[in-house]
Amino acid sequence: MSGLDHLTPLILTVITASTPLLFAAAGELVTERSGVLNLGVEGLMVTGALAAFAGTYVSGSAVIGVLCGALAGVLMALVFAALTLSLLANQVATGLALTIFGLGLTSLLGSGFIGVTVENIPKLNIPGLSELPVIGPILFGQDAMVYLSFACVGGIGWVLARTRIGLILRAVGASHDSAHALGYPVIRIRYLATMFGGAMGGIAGSYLSLVYTPMWAENLTAGRGWIALALVVFSTWRPGRLVLGAYLFGAITVIQLHAQGLGVDVPSQFLSMTPYLVTIMVLVIISRDHLKIQLNAPACLGRSFHPAQ
Amino acid sequence: MIRLVPRRQRSRAMVWGAPLLAVALTLITGGLTFAIMGKPMGVALFTFFVQPLTSVYGISELIVKASPLVLIGIGLSLGFRANVWNIGAEGQYTFGAILGGGIAIFFHDSTSPFLLPAMLIAGVVGGMAWAAIPALLRTRFNANEILVSLMLTYVAILLLSYLVHGPWRDPDGYNFPESRLFPEVGTMPVLIEGTRVHLGVFFALIAVAVALVLGKGLTGFKLKLVGLAPEAARFAGFSETGVIWFALLAGGGLAGLAGVIEVAGPIGQLIPTISPGYGFTAIIVAFLGRLHPVGVLLAGLVMALTYLGGETAQIEIGVPAAVTGLFQGFLLFYLLACDVLIRYRIHILIGKAA
Repeated sequence: MSGLDHLTPLILTVITASTPLLFAAAGELVTERSGVLNLGVEGLMVTGALAAFAGTYVSGSAVIGVLCGALAGVLMALVFAALTLSLLANQVATGLALTIFGLGLTSLLGSGFIGVTVENIPKLNIPGLSELPVIGPILFGQDAMVYLSFACVGGIGWVLARTRIGLILRAVGASHDSAHALGYPVIRIRYLATMFGGAMGGIAGSYLSLVYTPMWAENLTAGRGWIALALVVFSTWRPGRLVLGAYLFGAITVIQLHAQGLGVDVPSQFLSMTPYLVTIMVLVIISRDHLKIQLNAPACLGRSFHPAQ
Repeated sequence: MIRLVPRRQRSRAMVWGAPLLAVALTLITGGLTFAIMGKPMGVALFTFFVQPLTSVYGISELIVKASPLVLIGIGLSLGFRANVWNIGAEGQYTFGAILGGGIAIFFHDSTSPFLLPAMLIAGVVGGMAWAAIPALLRTRFNANEILVSLMLTYVAILLLSYLVHGPWRDPDGYNFPESRLFPEVGTMPVLIEGTRVHLGVFFALIAVAVALVLGKGLTGFKLKLVGLAPEAARFAGFSETGVIWFALLAGGGLAGLAGVIEVAGPIGQLIPTISPGYGFTAIIVAFLGRLHPVGVLLAGLVMALTYLGGETAQIEIGVPAAVTGLFQGFLLFYLLACDVLIRYRIHILIGKAA
């Protein structure tokens, strides 16, 4: 049993590391399916992380904190949407601006929260079930956010594949001209999809600052927003595959952290490189099949829409 | 009701009017930000944006900080014109500094006048090598250069951290994570006595001049065509692969040069943090400068002022230096918003819209 005893906490940390990636990537997937490429996920996440931390600190309630995080993400996404959808700014440049702005804003506003601690989000505890060996804490002992992340991915998959709203969203992303000709409000739908992505990015950040670290530090996201973007490509825009991708990256992050403890004789910096290098490898493996990307990527991804044209 | 009406032609006035408008809006927002922080608006704005320019020292520091921004910005603007999004200049800068600095550390007792040229060449090669990775992966495997170049930035910074904590740590440095100081012949000559203005300024100006010439020639046309009309470029027989390689290698080479110049100039050794985010700020420089060499030069000075102003405001009126990042973000937002005026006119319809 001793092997399993070690394994359980390891799996638990993998889940903690994967959940924020799953939230952020699921949100971005919806945004991209509507044809909008928001490269500012890192900015959404870092703003959400600070807002959630500050909200929890002030209110004493993690629920209010997470709501603050989601709201901050929505506000940031609104700035992005206003620039790219209403003012037709370049989506790549605006996404970068969102990240630069988010990192600047949070390092300014967050200075007062460095070194402060807040109450952790409580883990679920079902008497009996949560005490089962190995699977108990893994399946029945997580915090509510972990279950919410799976519910979100499941919900998104169902809405996209099985509902009218999902069909319209995909139509807008596949051909905004056709969708417009059919009478669908392309810009409004894209606004909503972008705001949804913002809320999810904000929640992802909340999980980082409230559960994963849990504290506030400048540049807390450390590139996870960009990894989430890569995960969307990895998933070929299908929600189910996001789970696989997010947990793969969560596992890599945790394994490289534990490798040092297990006496692996490699300098820590090289271990810290692995998530970034694996992202590159994964991108190459997925993207090399031109056809697969072309068949799955929303055809209007990153393109501005102006009905008068 | 506000409506965007397309212009028949891109407005040339707005191409240069938009950045001025964006700077003005940033100043207003900056003033309001200071007011919210409880600082007297006028004094704060003066301290941030004007005071650094009132002394010889301030102006010399402005030039020192603008040099890397202009070098990197020139390289990036070439790529952005062709829609090649190299956003990993920070990593190319770092790897250039590693390779160039490595030579200085390896030959630390050298007195040869060839040491500095060798370091500069190594810096360019390092930056190019780091940018060649996204170029190869994009052209061979269709992998997104934005994500690859950005991921490599983290890798380069971690590599630098490993080197200065490990094999390249100064043996006489009391265990601080720093390399040896570069030898005298491995540092950038200071141009003006009593300041930190160094030879790097010339490299920035040369880059501007070369980019001006290139921009007027066939290369500039190719870049623009691939960016604006890839189909037409293919029809004209221009190789998209070639343009991607050119854009990334030029951007990487100049970023690497900026990196080695910075460590051989103001810093003088390798340390864990060798950039206040020059590689990312240079993205704003390229856009603010309208992807035009002269514009990049001016924009580099403006963005250098935001760094300097942040430092001055921190010392003089106790504003956190992080304000710099916030203002840079505002500036880019406003610029992107104002750019709509180049291609569209704004019609304000009063009353009920038809």
